[in-house]
Amino acid sequence: MSAAEPLITARDLVKRFGDFTAVAGIDVDVHAGEAFGFLGPNGAGKSSTMRMIGCVSAPSGGTLRILGMDPVRDGSAIRARLGVCPQQDSLDPELTVRENLTVYARYFGISRKVARQRADELIEFVQLTERAGDTVEPLSGGMKRRLTIARALVNDPAIVLLDEPTTGLDPQARHLVWERLFQLKQRGVTLVLTTHYMDEAEQLCDRLVVMDGGKIVAEGSPRQLIDRYSTREVVELRFSEATLDSYVGKLESIGERLELLPDRILLYADDGDAAVAAVGNRDLRPSSVLVRRSTLEDVFLHLTGRTLVD
Amino acid sequence: MAHPAYAVFEHQLVSYRRVWRGSVLSSFLLPVLFLLAMGLSVGGYVDRTGGLGVRYLDFIAPGLLASTALQVAASESTWPVYSGFHWHRMYHSMRATPVRVADMVRGHIAYVLLRVALSALGFLIVMALFGTLHSWWAPLALPVSLLVGLATAAPIFAFSALVKTEGMFAVLFRFAVVPMTLFAGVFFPVDSLPLAARALAYVSPLWHGVELTRAATLGTASAWGAWAHVGYLVAWCVAGYLLATYRFGRRLAE
Amino acid sequence: MVTLVLPRLAARAERRFQRAAAVAGRNVAAARHVGYWWVLVSGFFEPVLYLLSIGLGVGALIKGFTLPDGRTVSYAAFVAPAMLAASAMNGALAETTMNMFGKMKYMRLYDGVLATPVQPFEVALGELMWALVRGSIYSVAFLGIMVGMGLTSTGWAIAAFPATVIVGFAFGGMGMAIATYVRSWQDFDYIMVVQFAMFLFSGTFAPVDSYAWFMRIVVEVTPLYHGVQLLRGLATGALGWGLLGHVAYLIALASVGLVIAGRRMGVLLYK
Repeated sequence: MSAAEPLITARDLVKRFGDFTAVAGIDVDVHAGEAFGFLGPNGAGKSSTMRMIGCVSAPSGGTLRILGMDPVRDGSAIRARLGVCPQQDSLDPELTVRENLTVYARYFGISRKVARQRADELIEFVQLTERAGDTVEPLSGGMKRRLTIARALVNDPAIVLLDEPTTGLDPQARHLVWERLFQLKQRGVTLVLTTHYMDEAEQLCDRLVVMDGGKIVAEGSPRQLIDRYSTREVVELRFSEATLDSYVGKLESIGERLELLPDRILLYADDGDAAVAAVGNRDLRPSSVLVRRSTLEDVFLHLTGRTLVD
Repeated sequence: MAHPAYAVFEHQLVSYRRVWRGSVLSSFLLPVLFLLAMGLSVGGYVDRTGGLGVRYLDFIAPGLLASTALQVAASESTWPVYSGFHWHRMYHSMRATPVRVADMVRGHIAYVLLRVALSALGFLIVMALFGTLHSWWAPLALPVSLLVGLATAAPIFAFSALVKTEGMFAVLFRFAVVPMTLFAGVFFPVDSLPLAARALAYVSPLWHGVELTRAATLGTASAWGAWAHVGYLVAWCVAGYLLATYRFGRRLAE
Repeated sequence: MVTLVLPRLAARAERRFQRAAAVAGRNVAAARHVGYWWVLVSGFFEPVLYLLSIGLGVGALIKGFTLPDGRTVSYAAFVAPAMLAASAMNGALAETTMNMFGKMKYMRLYDGVLATPVQPFEVALGELMWALVRGSIYSVAFLGIMVGMGLTSTGWAIAAFPATVIVGFAFGGMGMAIATYVRSWQDFDYIMVVQFAMFLFSGTFAPVDSYAWFMRIVVEVTPLYHGVQLLRGLATGALGWGLLGHVAYLIALASVGLVIAGRRMGVLLYK
């Protein structure tokens, strides 16, 4: 495998479960040292893709090569060099924090001595030193997730797969996880993650693909995607009247584009303040006005007509 | 409006509709298999020596009836109760309604007793088919089974509300339920036990149940006189019920 | 050619064994916790209690007991090897059916394990190794009690020990295959009834010659019968070529069970 060859290459990758097609032919390349993201709503096919990359689910069609190997034939050898943080924590409730790491290390054939040493380093890295001797059961969701991340690092993997790493965590716990993942990124670890949070994708991903209905609808860095599919700023308007539809006509030609959501109207414009002024000039009195920068959420809305989190 | 305890009882009935098949197997078929294996095939060898004065089948059948009551009461008062606090958290949901702690205990125990009654009735019919009922007192074996069921279910309710891991149930079965079944006079008279073990058999509610059941189906006198046995079992029922209510309250207050 | 292939095969087998050992190692780590110990230790008492109750208690009602080959032994000596076999069965089945189902469906342990180089067959093998270690501890203790009660001699007890491992191996393999077909906890009611019926009727408490011919056929097809016959032959010192037949039956059962389990786990977990 040459240095320039991507760590993960997928061509026309398909996953079907009976009649249902979860992944409908995607092309992906992930290079060494990058943080690559799959962004999309629930059911977009992100987790199925991750399971195929993790070699625990065989592709139904197309080609997939990971670390220069075939995931069906060399699954065990590939998994030896992956770190996996699944969407649902699969920690061992009967073991302590430290034992979860040392026992897991043994599955990779790591010696007991090295396993203990690495467990202690990782426990410190994910800031669980004080809980090292406790069983996993009473830990908070954020602690469990951090432990799962530590577990995924126990074999010093070439690629770390993170499926929805912060779903279900409270904001503070999410920031702690992000901070740890950012550190990994700084160390040059290749990260592949799925998320339906645009802020997570923006914070962590060098490059990402937007998935919807099993297909890739856009690809690029977060900045590129926003530049390409959205305006610089967005104006969010709310009105006290229940029927927002009537405003759509009245707001016509302000900004580049308009999106009508159940509770608000989004005006896409490079200059948000100018757009707000234009709204005022038409004698419209919104109950609230918010000018913000475009995000990946807006990209997704534009590409699919739907929001990421529903 | 129906009494809250009845609503608790009804809640259990609804779930029973989904699992009754498996429970028929474990609470009815198992004791019948035991009766066949021990009573008929081992009994053949026992009867040759004639040490008991009655057929071995007649001897163990009433014992197995009482131990069935214990078995059903124990299994219905362990995991299901624990689950009500830990997994399904049914009792916690009830706590948010007008149902009182005593209603929970009464309603759930009533359901356990229904299960005991069904198993005991089934087993009594099998006993009749095998010709092991020798007295007109035999139908009294049914209320005796209920008494054994309550005397064991109530304290076990308290135990299940107390323990923090379900692993403790394996311990309860292995150190209390199984030894009772094996040594409280079901399979052989307790007279042959060493003194200390015999004392433990006397303490166990099952032995009193076995004595009463055997007296009813064989029409013989029981060891201590019927009312002494009944009184002892009632004491277990009352103490167990009070303890269970107390423990339920403590667990729900946490 | 052979010199090239063999070391590679051996290295592969060694890696497989190491990974299976890592799976077993997880159970050793879990067993170090206090609550687990209680369950583990209490599991030993059950067969002993049965031996005391049925073997001695009921045995007191049966004076001598004549074996099919004409020798007379105490009823306790007749029942004890059967309790040993049943205890090996119960231990192996508990560890492989209930515990494995729980780990697979509820604790979702294997999801994490299969994200590592460990393969389904190795998980099955590792769980079985643990079941055998645990079962062997019980067996040694029970054999010790049999020797102490004068129900067998030390020499025959030593001879019977490897046979208990074979019995555990057979039921462990079978149990694991069954665990992959279990849909919910309710299904364990059915497993328990079959297990209990085997416990009662496999020549455990009375010789099978007292059964009707069709009952005998059913009993002789089921695995516990072979375990009981094997251990009773060894513990009472009645050697015969027939014992090898029982061994062959049990090993075949274990192998089939393991292969089915490995395959089914792959299907269930590699979706």
